[in-house]
Amino acid sequence: MRKLRNLWVWLVGVYAMMLCFMPTVAMAKKALRNVVIVADTRRLDGLMLWWAQMYNDSHLYFMILTIIIIPITGCIFGVLADVVMNHIGIDLKHRKAAE
Amino acid sequence: MDWLYVLMPISGCTIFWPGLIILGLGVGIIGGFFGMGGAWMVTPGLNILGFPMAFAIGTDVAHMAGKSLISTMRHGKFGNVDYKLGLTMLVGTVIGMEIGAQIVMLLERLGNVDKVVRWLYVVLLICLAWMVFHDIAVRKRKEREAQARGEVLDEKATGIDWASKLHAIKIPPMVHFHQAGIYCSAWLPIFVSFATGVLAGILGIGGGLIRMPCLVYLIGCPTHIAVGTDLFEVAISGLYGAATYTLKGRTELVAALIMLIGAAIGAQIGAVATKYIRGYGIRAAFGAAVIGCLCSVVLKLIQPYFPAYAKIINNVATVVVLGFVISISGYIFVKMIQGAAQEIAENKRQRAN
Repeated sequence: MRKLRNLWVWLVGVYAMMLCFMPTVAMAKKALRNVVIVADTRRLDGLMLWWAQMYNDSHLYFMILTIIIIPITGCIFGVLADVVMNHIGIDLKHRKAAE
Repeated sequence: MDWLYVLMPISGCTIFWPGLIILGLGVGIIGGFFGMGGAWMVTPGLNILGFPMAFAIGTDVAHMAGKSLISTMRHGKFGNVDYKLGLTMLVGTVIGMEIGAQIVMLLERLGNVDKVVRWLYVVLLICLAWMVFHDIAVRKRKEREAQARGEVLDEKATGIDWASKLHAIKIPPMVHFHQAGIYCSAWLPIFVSFATGVLAGILGIGGGLIRMPCLVYLIGCPTHIAVGTDLFEVAISGLYGAATYTLKGRTELVAALIMLIGAAIGAQIGAVATKYIRGYGIRAAFGAAVIGCLCSVVLKLIQPYFPAYAKIINNVATVVVLGFVISISGYIFVKMIQGAAQEIAENKRQRAN
């Protein structure tokens, strides 16, 4: 029992240590980011121009919008595909469990 | 034919957009069926379409997050996702991947590790392929033995059973994962996901290819639950990956969205196909996919040894990857259509009676 408790404490310790090191890891990554890529906006207009300008202005806003747009688009496409498959007549709620 | 090409606003390259939809469709089918992101297929595909490598990886990760979300939604409705298990494993995966990436950076400072990492990948893929096909052979032997005794093997019986031995290690806290039907120490999924995360981080891959068989063979998940739960993890870790790559300015969202059109259809086909194929059918096709990945990695590895034939070998590697994508997604598509047609016909017959 004592050995088990020691093992438990050790594992929790290792976990906590890993979490403490996470900011260091993130900082190390930042230091490596030394390449700057700029989008060429000369051939763009409308929505594409706005998108490329945002990329050039702030990668942070660009990232925030990207990670909002992707799941939303995924959900919309997923729901649309559901509607189509239901219309075809496929049962989308049950399956037989077998290996 | 200019309308078939679209100018990418960030990378500045002009891309054949139907190619993006077809690639998304093929990888969507495979991803939804096996529960993996499929970076080993998408990245060379995007590269062929004209993307610089830096943008190919980021765009792949971004589209992977959306595609896996669609597949997770579908698998979730079938009851194939154990969210509790997925969230438990996510902790180990994220920490493991970060540590794996740091290990690579450390090794890079010591010398050229690229070759070592690629050979490690080859060894891992050989082990995975052996594990899958050995399991299938053991299960077939059990079936034959049961038949000889005049019995029918239980539908949920498996070939390899390492998981029950691991479940016997009872380090508290013990957790019941209801959907997967597993009662084990919480440390088992955390440790497995941590180990697969470290490996994925070292190899620079998403990890679905390693995690899915580990969920089956080490944690003891039924195949369908392993596929769904792995997709749930891929969706979340893919979103995290998309965020980091986008912050570095390496994501072409327009291409990712175009790919998502094909992937949305593909992911649904792949996920619905799991309904009509038994667990061992999925495992066999997964083994074939691992061999496809292995071939492409080996062909890339041997290139420096034959500099005169480097271009030919590179083209062969591309053909092999695309050939596997087409044949496996074709197989899944045909099975899905056959299963769906049979189900619709049965429903009509029942209604007529």
